[in-house]
Amino acid sequence: MTDLTWKSIAELAEEVRSGKTKAIDLVGKSLKLIDKGKAYKPIIATLEKAAKKRAEEIDANISKGKDPGRLAGVPFIAKDNFLVFGADTTAASNILKGFDAPYQSTAINKLEAEGAICVAKANLDAFAHGSSTENSDFFTTLNPHDKTRVPGGSSGGSTVAVALSMAPFALGTDTGGSIRFPASLCGVVGYKPTYGLVSRSGVIAMGSSLDVIGPITNDVNDAALVLDVMAGKDPMDMTTIDKPEELSDLADRGIKGLKIGIVKEYLSDGLDEKVREVTENTIARLKDAGAVVNEVSLPSSKLALACYYILCPAEVSSNLSRYDGQRYGYNYKDAKDLDESYTLSRDVGFGDEAKRRIMIGTYVLSSGYYDAYYKKAQLVRTKLIKETAAALSDNDILVGPTSPMTAFKIGQNVGNPLQMYMTDVLTVSANLSGNPAISLPAGKDGNLPIGLQVIGKQAGDKELLDISKSIERILK
Amino acid sequence: MSSLTREDVLKLAQLSKIKLTDEEIDKFVSELDAIVKYVKQIDSVDVSGLRPTDQVTGLTNVMRPDEKIDYATSPKELLKNAPALEKDQIKVKRILN
Repeated sequence: MTDLTWKSIAELAEEVRSGKTKAIDLVGKSLKLIDKGKAYKPIIATLEKAAKKRAEEIDANISKGKDPGRLAGVPFIAKDNFLVFGADTTAASNILKGFDAPYQSTAINKLEAEGAICVAKANLDAFAHGSSTENSDFFTTLNPHDKTRVPGGSSGGSTVAVALSMAPFALGTDTGGSIRFPASLCGVVGYKPTYGLVSRSGVIAMGSSLDVIGPITNDVNDAALVLDVMAGKDPMDMTTIDKPEELSDLADRGIKGLKIGIVKEYLSDGLDEKVREVTENTIARLKDAGAVVNEVSLPSSKLALACYYILCPAEVSSNLSRYDGQRYGYNYKDAKDLDESYTLSRDVGFGDEAKRRIMIGTYVLSSGYYDAYYKKAQLVRTKLIKETAAALSDNDILVGPTSPMTAFKIGQNVGNPLQMYMTDVLTVSANLSGNPAISLPAGKDGNLPIGLQVIGKQAGDKELLDISKSIERILK
Repeated sequence: MSSLTREDVLKLAQLSKIKLTDEEIDKFVSELDAIVKYVKQIDSVDVSGLRPTDQVTGLTNVMRPDEKIDYATSPKELLKNAPALEKDQIKVKRILN
């Protein structure tokens, strides 16, 4: 019988490097577990051939004495909005069905350079627009804790893959909570780095001033190691920042004296009772362990969601204008002229949510509305950035729930897009302000996981990871 | 309070280069109207004295040396996903009728 768990990523890589374990066996185990969990539908495509070939190369190199890297032979799963060789890159959209990436994303290249092996591409809400995977143009992924419920999104396939142990880690993207929200609903660790810490080159763009790339893992150590490999400046993405320090060598400095800001707006009305209870209990336990807990207010966070649903669609409408059906992607064959080829390719190729966002974005950017919506939202964003920085000058971290609810029923929010947007209410602030944030499994309501969100200082990823490791110990 | 009309949605679809069906237009009128009404609440925020956010981590004028870069991806690779090609060029439908 296949072992259903994975050792830590560092241990796995060490075993491969030392020859104790073969990369090909890790890939084999991953592919077996992917097949075993297929009823939950987290995977769009496996890269069986390419992954096995890479594993054999790594094993051969090791036998020749070459250093295979810090992630030697470790299999992983990428959300299907990462450009990867060996399988189509679709963003779970009809318009990109069959797209064969001509180059790979920087994040994938960096992971491969350290010996990691991409074994599969995971489902998402098409173009990462959504928080349930129900907006995938292909199929909905099921929550591993309750098949009648959503896994959260948009990185739902990636979080389910990790929750089902299909690989030791997966990659997601987070524009308004798309790593942290499904991590909360599936009971795994999801890390959103500081904006610009990981290159976005070769990742299908959604909201370019908000998009970040991050790991989904079983624990904080694994997240830190994967992040460390991916982080740093990239000439292919001019918004990237230097990796401030080694991120993977975490220090559990303990909870004593830790200054924790509790954002009172995050605990206001609209939270599930059980989510509130788990969050408050966790805070009480941190206090017992010696943390100094301060209530803080981010008044603008109440408007963060409105602000986000102006800026995000504005950027989406711009980023999705490239899908014109001419250079790549779905092309409507029977159009009578070029204009009709554009408009029909886009009507058939885009799902409803992409269309909504494109049109809302077009609206808020159009002359006459630009000042009232887009510019005003960028002003509110400035206010939120200032409030967040002030709260974090008095506190080491900010803490609250990741999601106002546990996993909801499949279909519950379909047909009410605004209701679906509300699920992002606690996560969008960190994207608007560029701060790093993590979701840690903190408790359950029956079978359903509840996540704790911890927000750190801009570029303070190492500090946030250190502290998260200490909190994780308290939570276990 | 003014609401989005059918004509507004048609205009947005045109600007977005999406040819919607009649059923789609009906559906989007009410959905988009609800979203616009919701986001409009940022109207009430006092932002006096603030500047709009241009770049969230404060980067300005990121430059690189003006040098040729070898991206190692061939034109052939870049063209392989095009629906129609002729003499290594992307072929599109006629522009004028």
